Amino acid sequence: MDFHPSIWPLAAVLISLLGALPIMLSARTPNLREGWTLIIAVGKFLIVASMLPSVLAGGGFVFTLAEVFPGVPIQLRVDPMGMFFALIASFLWIFTSLYSIGYMRALDEHGQTRYFASFAVAISATIGIAFAANLFTMYLFYEVLSLSTYPLVAHEQNAEARTSGRRYLSLILGTSIGLALPAMLVVYSLAGTLDFTTGGILAATGASPSTLALLLALFVFGFAKAGIMPFHAWLPAAMVAPTPVSSFLHGVAVVKAGVFSIIRVLVDIFGIDLLASLNLGAPLAYFVCITILAASLVALTQDNLKRRLAYSTVGQLSYMVLGVALLSASGVTGGVLHIAMHAFGKITLFFCAGAIYVASHKKYISQMDGLGRTMPITFGAFFLGAMSIIGLPPLGGFISKWYLVIGAVQADQLPILLVLLTSSLLNAAYFLPIVYRAFFAPPPPDAPVGIKEAPIFCLVPLVVTALCSLTLFFYPTIFLRLAQAAVLP
Amino acid sequence: MISGNFLAYAIAAPLVMAFVVNLVGRARPFLVAPLALLSLAVSSLCSLLLLARVLRDGTESYTMGGWQPPWGIELVVDPLSGLMLLLVAAIALIATWSAGASVRQEMEGREHVFFTLYLILVSGLLALTVTGDAFNLYVMLEITAITTYGLIAMGRERAALASFNYIIMGTIGACFYLLGVGYLYILTGSLNMADIGRILPELYGGAAVATAFAFMLVGMWVKMAFFPLHGWLPNAYTYAPSGTSVLIAPLMTKVSVYLMIRIMFTIFSPEYTFFQHAGVQHLIVWASALAIIIASSLALAQTEFKKMLTYIIVAEVGYMVGGVWLANEPGMTGAVLHIVNDALMTLCLFLVASAVVFRQGSCRFEDFRGLYRTMPLTMAAFTVGAFSMIGVPPTAGFFSKWYLILGGIEAGQWAYVAALVFSSLVNAVLFFRIIEIAFFNSEDGHGHGHHGTLARHEAPGALVQPLVLTAVALIVVGLASGALVDAVILPALQWLQ
Amino acid sequence: MEGLLDEIVAKYNYWIYVVLMMIGFYAMIGKRNLVKKLIGMNIFQTAIILFFVSTGVKRDAGLAIVDKQQALAGAIDVATVVNPLPHVLMLTAIVVGVSVTGVALAVMQRIHREHGTLEEDEILEKIGR
Repeated sequence: MDFHPSIWPLAAVLISLLGALPIMLSARTPNLREGWTLIIAVGKFLIVASMLPSVLAGGGFVFTLAEVFPGVPIQLRVDPMGMFFALIASFLWIFTSLYSIGYMRALDEHGQTRYFASFAVAISATIGIAFAANLFTMYLFYEVLSLSTYPLVAHEQNAEARTSGRRYLSLILGTSIGLALPAMLVVYSLAGTLDFTTGGILAATGASPSTLALLLALFVFGFAKAGIMPFHAWLPAAMVAPTPVSSFLHGVAVVKAGVFSIIRVLVDIFGIDLLASLNLGAPLAYFVCITILAASLVALTQDNLKRRLAYSTVGQLSYMVLGVALLSASGVTGGVLHIAMHAFGKITLFFCAGAIYVASHKKYISQMDGLGRTMPITFGAFFLGAMSIIGLPPLGGFISKWYLVIGAVQADQLPILLVLLTSSLLNAAYFLPIVYRAFFAPPPPDAPVGIKEAPIFCLVPLVVTALCSLTLFFYPTIFLRLAQAAVLP
Repeated sequence: MISGNFLAYAIAAPLVMAFVVNLVGRARPFLVAPLALLSLAVSSLCSLLLLARVLRDGTESYTMGGWQPPWGIELVVDPLSGLMLLLVAAIALIATWSAGASVRQEMEGREHVFFTLYLILVSGLLALTVTGDAFNLYVMLEITAITTYGLIAMGRERAALASFNYIIMGTIGACFYLLGVGYLYILTGSLNMADIGRILPELYGGAAVATAFAFMLVGMWVKMAFFPLHGWLPNAYTYAPSGTSVLIAPLMTKVSVYLMIRIMFTIFSPEYTFFQHAGVQHLIVWASALAIIIASSLALAQTEFKKMLTYIIVAEVGYMVGGVWLANEPGMTGAVLHIVNDALMTLCLFLVASAVVFRQGSCRFEDFRGLYRTMPLTMAAFTVGAFSMIGVPPTAGFFSKWYLILGGIEAGQWAYVAALVFSSLVNAVLFFRIIEIAFFNSEDGHGHGHHGTLARHEAPGALVQPLVLTAVALIVVGLASGALVDAVILPALQWLQ
Repeated sequence: MEGLLDEIVAKYNYWIYVVLMMIGFYAMIGKRNLVKKLIGMNIFQTAIILFFVSTGVKRDAGLAIVDKQQALAGAIDVATVVNPLPHVLMLTAIVVGVSVTGVALAVMQRIHREHGTLEEDEILEKIGR
């Protein structure tokens, strides 16, 4: 694959970073401010999408900013894997922006300028992670993402937000500095480079298997955004943030950045072959299975809708790591593809949770009896999203889970197949009762009669993302091709 | 290209201006700060030109009064001392920019006294970086120390007592160094560093050489507050006037670390330093790991911003001493780069302290409450400085830490690596504690009602401008650190060996 | 024991400086009164000055005042004059010492004005209230 030098990868990152400035400067005129947000969001998506054809055609782009260490530049590179993630993130950001406008205005939130500016920085960092050409560049944007989301998590500025903000930062920053950074330095001192290379860079160093196993553990836990237990507790805590933040950042961008980082390390630093020859795939796969099952079980017990979604996310994230850890072609494809399918499904679910809160101020599932009658569109979308996460046809989630199942079979790991099926049942067990309650349980006597949906700005995005989930079942081609190209050069 | 005796101008400008300021400032106090700034601008410019010339043409040497070395006093500008010269001049320039305003507020009517001492101090620091004479180094060390004692004692509350303790400890440090010089003089009959360095290898086995080495090192460690010899520093830097601490906190310890490097590599040699006495090198790296861990832990116990910073300074000294003693290229590169970066980030954070003190009267943690709303620019710069201390890319602090950890890994010094990581995590706790206080603006934590109830109340421009400049510099230096290492630090290290 | 005594007698100047230095060091670290600390500091510095000055001395040598003509002719035996350089260095060191003492005294005056005492314990007690 040959990469052409180009300014576009940088532009894709910078547009929202610089865009934070006009957002901050137009603090006094909310319409102008939100206008900027939308312009930047659409612009960003167009820039990313404009690079898609040549990536699909087997090309790519590269941009080098500066060489900061010998052999380690700050470098952006657009390859299928990065394009895959960037495409999802920038596309969904448009709808999140729309949704944010509706949500924040409906609730008359304070600090909206800070909110939109931080959001813009966070999406920049996300695209930076997607397009990072080496581990250092990725680490750089990873940290920027951690820090720029802190004001969003602590947005409410009350005691609960303070506690959650602390937990959020201590887990995410603590693991990245304490585990991932030393691991990265050890890799650098072993290999002399940090470039993401197909086939990995560690195989040639001749490092001992125990060193490599230790490095793997440091990386997997170091990128705690992937929410692998025991470093998952930040995600439920972060649910204190406004719902658009939870839906986009803690359903898509931040958590997937963690998974994406782990996958990059597994595929492009270690290399599938090295992991296979050291037999490191299976232990990792079994380890994340614990998270898959435990998180699903915990999700069953949660009454707060957003927290249930958060635990569901924790479980689903481990699917993606699991897929790659299977080390079979279908497994890796399934794991990567699940990033996209889960993104569309989960963002829909979170949008619905927010819409419910905006329209009826209800946060707890036990309060939602009969709510489907007043909010049919929202709960219809919720149903679609839930189906996708469970992995039922005709929704996108089915496709990625299908690949995962095939991957497990290919890898001869029948226990994992069992875990996948059990987990799907658990997913159904914690999602479907919500839908059932909303549509079939009798509403409380004091419930308002008639349709009362959230504002249109909230409603449109969730309908669109739900329909996207549906569409992806029938037309998964683009994502499938990118995912396959990411695995098979 | 350009010729001229830049070195003499660079050192003389603040020295001459010190006396001018004293005379003029009595009648026209408003002229004091601009004049000081002018002289330091001249110094910075000359240092910059000098460094450029040295990097292009090679090391320059000046003999004072025409006496040839090794008898006369020689000033040597090699890439490393050129870098230090520029660093001192530039940091002093930025610090002075802000010192004017806080000095006017804190000691109205005594500006000329303050800036006289201040400029002599800068001039002494500049001379320290370039001197090639071991005894001259002692004299310069004491000139900077004496002026610092005075500048610290001008503060309030416990400043005088802190200054007195500093006098005692500082004198012990300087005297130890002087003793070391005495031993070397007996052994070699020379005071010129390079000359001693030439003669000494034949005598390396002797106990007297080891004694001299130990005396000089311990003396410098006292001066740079290397744990456990740090006792004097926290109080002295905390209670000093804002105008003093913005200058001495970034520079004094860093210059001492530089002088340690000079002693280790110019007077002695890497072979002697690292290999003559087995185990010493190992021991010192361990000691610096301990220094980092304990000083970081002590920082956790503080409730006052400036005092917390002073313990961080002590920990950072551990970083640099450890880095130098790792005895490999990444460690050394990291130590020298960290001298530059740490000077910048300490400057940034002490400028924040001085801006907060200006508005709030003190800088205990609770004084930061709600500052993101009332002093957004100051806090933005604070955030950058804090990230740099924690070591978040792309701020400068990350890059030197990278080299230091890499050096630790390559040398197999895992305790040191662990200490660095630990200290990063502690710094994260330290600074996010303050960020949290500043971000959550009300006592009880119910932030929802505060729609602009707190008006913006930024510190005056003279305090904010240098602060923002430093914050920007932290990021620029961070991104340019690859170039900085290639163009300046690696040639400097080559020259040392 | 015999050897140690010989050693001490042969290099008595160095032993004196070591003893003096230790006395000064003890006073600086151990005493709680600021004036005593300062006196300790002066003893400490003086010890080092003694050390330096004594290094220049040669047995049966005279002052380093020489006839220029003779010197140019190279007719001076360096064994007949003491090494003047350490003495000159110590002139500078004495000046430094005096300056430090001066600053310390001034600082002490401030301390006394503010706290009314020069006993470190009492000052700390007053500050700590």
